[in-house]
Amino acid sequence: MKYVDEFRDGELAKNIAANIAREATAASGYRLMEFCGGHTHALSRYGIADLLPASVRMIHGPGCPVCVLPIGRVDQAIRLAREHGVILCTYADTMRVPCSDNLTLMRAKSGGADVRMIYSTQDALKIARDNPDRQVVFFAIGFETTTPPTAVAVKQAAVEGLKNFSILCNHVLTPAAMHAILSAQGGVALDGFVGPAHVSTVIGSKPYEVFADDYGKPVVIAGFEPLDVMQAILMLIRQINEGRATVENEFTRAVTREGNLKAQALVEEVFELREVFEWRGLGSIPHSALKLRPEFAEFDAELKFSIDYVAVRDHKACECAAILRGEKCPQECKIFGTVCTPDNPVGSCMVSSEGACAAHYSYGRFRDAANE
Amino acid sequence: MNIVKPNYTRPLDFKQGRVEMSHGSGGRAMAQLIAELFTAGFDNAYLAQGNDGALLPQITGRLVMSCDGHVVSPLFFAGGDIGCLSVHGTINDVAMMGARPLYLAASFILEEGFPLADLKRIVASMANAAKVAGVPIVAGDTKVVEQGKGDGVFITTTGVGVAREGITLSGDLAQPGDTILLSGTIGDHGMAVLSQRENLTFDAPIVSDTAALHGLVAAMLDSEVKLRVLRDPTRGGLATTLNEIAKQSGVGMMLHESAIAVNQPVEAACEFLGLDPLYVANEGKLVAICASEDAGRLLEVMRAHPLAREAAIIGEVLEDAHGFVQMTTKLGGRRIVDWLAGEQLPRIC
Repeated sequence: MKYVDEFRDGELAKNIAANIAREATAASGYRLMEFCGGHTHALSRYGIADLLPASVRMIHGPGCPVCVLPIGRVDQAIRLAREHGVILCTYADTMRVPCSDNLTLMRAKSGGADVRMIYSTQDALKIARDNPDRQVVFFAIGFETTTPPTAVAVKQAAVEGLKNFSILCNHVLTPAAMHAILSAQGGVALDGFVGPAHVSTVIGSKPYEVFADDYGKPVVIAGFEPLDVMQAILMLIRQINEGRATVENEFTRAVTREGNLKAQALVEEVFELREVFEWRGLGSIPHSALKLRPEFAEFDAELKFSIDYVAVRDHKACECAAILRGEKCPQECKIFGTVCTPDNPVGSCMVSSEGACAAHYSYGRFRDAANE
Repeated sequence: MNIVKPNYTRPLDFKQGRVEMSHGSGGRAMAQLIAELFTAGFDNAYLAQGNDGALLPQITGRLVMSCDGHVVSPLFFAGGDIGCLSVHGTINDVAMMGARPLYLAASFILEEGFPLADLKRIVASMANAAKVAGVPIVAGDTKVVEQGKGDGVFITTTGVGVAREGITLSGDLAQPGDTILLSGTIGDHGMAVLSQRENLTFDAPIVSDTAALHGLVAAMLDSEVKLRVLRDPTRGGLATTLNEIAKQSGVGMMLHESAIAVNQPVEAACEFLGLDPLYVANEGKLVAICASEDAGRLLEVMRAHPLAREAAIIGEVLEDAHGFVQMTTKLGGRRIVDWLAGEQLPRIC
């Protein structure tokens, strides 16, 4: 298929792999974090690990929207659906995230809560229009990619005077998470980042310059296709070999330095920074998430239904937190692949196909068997 | 003087009429629905007996029996509808046992208020599919549930067939070294249905592959190739079907991504929605496993049949205590092709 096959071509992959193998000669090896779950998924789904030398180690980052959502946030959504009787609209992966009382949104749905899986914020607006006597809440999650559509929906609801629509806002910010990983005491040692694809189409490459300038970490923004990822790995290896740390853009077909200014303006108009937001794994990070501006307060489900966020501890055997910080890999978790599987996930990283655990379980666990 | 003919019953209104509770209550209304719609549509001597069951001629050989419920949404989609799907689905299940399907029975659960015009279309489609396949629908049942308690129509079909003499096909017979063949492209049915969902319409020229495969199976059996396993990769797609077989047989598999064909609109739609065609349902495809020395001849026989022109060898059976189904990717790497976790697409067949 045009525009897809070109980026998955086996011959080109061989060429890039040969270059990587030839150039990745540093004795200390290369520890590269792919921030996004989209990259984690591509690495696993296309078997890219088989094309990389042992000296290149990919460390999975926290860029999976469902993974970083702490239990308490999903609990809030469930409370809205069960106790306030709202129609709760959500993207698919969120349905299976385990939270308190052995519940998930899916189980709450089987228990009678009105939870609906939607594909876009426009579906949520339509449900609100079609059910004027019901309250409809959109469970807004995700990084900078999914924030502009939420902003559009809120503005549209305001224009239409939709009184029965609101959002449970959990939009989070990529650069804040990267800061948290790099500044953590005793955190993971990294030599560079494969930078986000879709997020960068919105925010541009500029916000990553601080990681190159202040932390001395090279960043190469890459598309989600396998050849994008491989090319970005090669570009990182070259920077590291040359002792450079700059932001480079492999994904020039979609990302500019400034990003999508229109989307940024929309987000700016509707949202403001939260003082602090708790992430799964990364803990409470100041100015790392968004909330609605006061002029849009009537669309804020947390205010409208007075549901406070209550922090809840993760399952004690679950290593999602350390995995999200890049400190552990999925196989190092004691319950990986036994108690915790995609069919019965204990932690959020086993839920979404972008989660590090689900990706390794679903695509790569034959490698563990080979090492037994 | 009464001018109406004796024993006159006003015919059902197939233009404006709707299913009513009385159509399932066992009274005259139900008898009329059965007579004017089902018996007339399915039209065969066994159904016309009008008894609680159909009395069928003596059969010699080992019987195969299978049943399949159909709850697809939407009921009508490009390339088919719930009617023909419910006939093909059960015929295929019987055929995958190496059997010749002989008879079908159909049970309808209708929702009060469902338009009789739509029901008539569905029944006509079933009748046509059964006729083309040469497998009559010889028994049936109708129930009506209150509005809001169903979703238009649910159809469960049961099929009976007779296994070919000397042929035993089973999911636990795959052996290391065997070859895996696939009869054509994957994902067509699932994406055809999905592209016509109310909340997800996108213009894509995708047509369901729903078809009865017993003719293809007969041709494969006629070739006298030693077949071990046949299975149609419906719900859960090719990936799930192969994992079932690997588990039953206690083997592993290695597939080759470049050998598995996907129609371009299906591939595009899957890309767009973030789905993997390996997990998308098919309703007119089969997977065959045979000894490697027979694979070439089997492939030839399959490709000679109109329903398997694009048949291909897609992989091999391996010895593997873990039972992994793996795949070499077009990129040159390797991955697992796992069981489907959760649900990728609801209500597809």
